[in-house]
Amino acid sequence: MSAVYHSHPVIQLAASSTSEHRPLIISLFAVFVAATLAITVWAGRQTKSASDFYAGGRQFTAFQNGLAVSGDYMSAASFLGIAGAIALFGYDGFLYSIGFLVAWLVALLLVAEPLRNSGRYTMGDVLAYRMRQRPVRTAAGVSTIVVSIFYLLAQMAGAGVLVSLLLGITSDAGKILIVALVGVLMIVYVTIGGMKGTTWVQMVKAVLLIAGALLMTVMVLWKFDFNVSDLLGTAAEKSGHGAAFLEPGLKYGATDISKLDFISLGIALVLGTAGLPHILIRFYTVPTSKAARKSVNWAIGIIGAFYLMTIALGFGAAALIGPEEIKAKNPAGNAAAPQLAEYLGGVGTTGGAIMLAVISAVAFATILAVVAGLTLASSSSFAHDIYANVIRKGKATEKEEMRAAKWATVAIGVVSIALGAMARDLNVAGLVALAFAVAASANLPTILYSLFWKRFTTQGALWSIYGGLFSSVFLVLFSPVVSGKASSMFPDVDFAWFPLENPGLISIPLGFLLGWIGSVVSKEEPDAAKYAELEVKSLTGTGAH
Amino acid sequence: MATDAPQPPGRTDDSPVQPTTEAFIEAQNSAEFAELRRSYRSFAFPLTLGFIAWYLLYVLLSSYAGDFMGTVVVAHFNVAFVFGLAQFATTFLIAWLYSRHASTKLDPKAEAIKSRMEADA
Repeated sequence: MSAVYHSHPVIQLAASSTSEHRPLIISLFAVFVAATLAITVWAGRQTKSASDFYAGGRQFTAFQNGLAVSGDYMSAASFLGIAGAIALFGYDGFLYSIGFLVAWLVALLLVAEPLRNSGRYTMGDVLAYRMRQRPVRTAAGVSTIVVSIFYLLAQMAGAGVLVSLLLGITSDAGKILIVALVGVLMIVYVTIGGMKGTTWVQMVKAVLLIAGALLMTVMVLWKFDFNVSDLLGTAAEKSGHGAAFLEPGLKYGATDISKLDFISLGIALVLGTAGLPHILIRFYTVPTSKAARKSVNWAIGIIGAFYLMTIALGFGAAALIGPEEIKAKNPAGNAAAPQLAEYLGGVGTTGGAIMLAVISAVAFATILAVVAGLTLASSSSFAHDIYANVIRKGKATEKEEMRAAKWATVAIGVVSIALGAMARDLNVAGLVALAFAVAASANLPTILYSLFWKRFTTQGALWSIYGGLFSSVFLVLFSPVVSGKASSMFPDVDFAWFPLENPGLISIPLGFLLGWIGSVVSKEEPDAAKYAELEVKSLTGTGAH
Repeated sequence: MATDAPQPPGRTDDSPVQPTTEAFIEAQNSAEFAELRRSYRSFAFPLTLGFIAWYLLYVLLSSYAGDFMGTVVVAHFNVAFVFGLAQFATTFLIAWLYSRHASTKLDPKAEAIKSRMEADA
């Protein structure tokens, strides 16, 4: 886990080669920031209505949105973390990619199209459709904000780690400054550019990331005359583990508990994706449900290709650089991809410096874009679900609602700068996994029951959202993620009685169960007329926004 | 009809044509809609259970059948590697199968119901 979601141990960087390249890395990064700010200002000028702000005017094509969805999904954790995990743990690093990809089928087959047809701006639109608005909107808003903040925190803390790795900045002040810079940029992207600006930033980032990964993949394969078996063999040999490097078990095979933990993680990854609010709101940016389907297909193609390339990058780093050098730079392997880039360009040469700078800038771009997407999801849900529909009971004007969204963005930005600065040296391993587990336990059951189960009631929705949310947060609180182990957030105390790092194995079935029980024992009759509306809308697109 | 409470004056949003609740109930009870629902559910639901079972099989084998997964198939490729690539392949395949089913079997039915309802509204 910690290998992929990185960021743990404080990184000691002695006189590293990266600091020499600092000016080049910073210049490239500045170019990216300048370009995305220009896009943001341009998009901001075209953002007038609420539909522009929340849904990018619903005018993106399926391909554009497919790219943007991929951009939102491929975080720095995927790029640096999976490459590093494969480089150090071989096959077990690759296991993640598969869960992350298969998950998209849930979105494609069950969620994307009905959601696009029946909602307007947020996940809460669909969850609350048949229910009493205020309680269910509140629950949907709380769950959206909790999931997004956990995810956001991991990205912010990751930014601090990246900076120390890539720029050689190790001082606390330096890391806090970077976290603050990321926070300010994301506030600017979201408040000025809204969904339109954010979508374009995601697209630019996705293209850069794919191009960077493709370039490195071709260069790695070139070194092995495009013989993949040779690459695997050399990686196994250099790893010191031999054939075991190519088999499952190096990371998760140790004990019965670690095996169960892996199963729990696997389930959370597969069922969590289709409940992540920042992914779900992307489907509102295209004009029809058909376009939503096509954008998921593009995303599956792009993300699949990317994860296939991480195999070459991870095993390539193991084969060409070796575990000792990778661990020396970052014990979790997060520097493997940049190290590989420098090696491929030629260590000590201009080519190496350029490759390192390009790949590092791509990694920064990745963090910035993902953070902007998460912020937009949570501020949209605050403004549309909680402010407009709960606090103002649907009487807010469009202008007031957008103003609330912008203030919410600033508030969320400030909160995540503060939390990110505090969490910069904490083990945030659990945070992203927790975000997936909450999404799978609280959001997915409610989405599926709402769309497909006639007897689902307000009480069922509340039980499954709050039940899934609290059980997953509660279990993580008493898990080794928080206390009891050297890698925990609080290593010096031990109140962990729940052995698994990922709560999904318990909390996901619980979320489904509570939704069912809550509906069955509910005194109120389900609203049959509203369900007729929702069902017909979701399958046919009649009256869709 | 709308997802949200009635729009206050001064709100300008994309407001699509909304049929009445009665029209939605009537549509839900129609044979045409029942056929669309059946065609969607009988395809998507079993397929979902299928790919989740296939993925869980992979996860369980990786955890509990290390020896089997380590069996060499050819050169440096073992069962685990082939199984992993097969998960990629089936994901692409299922996405393609579903999309083909949706565009040939579901879209025409959905489109017919939608255009009739919006014309009546």
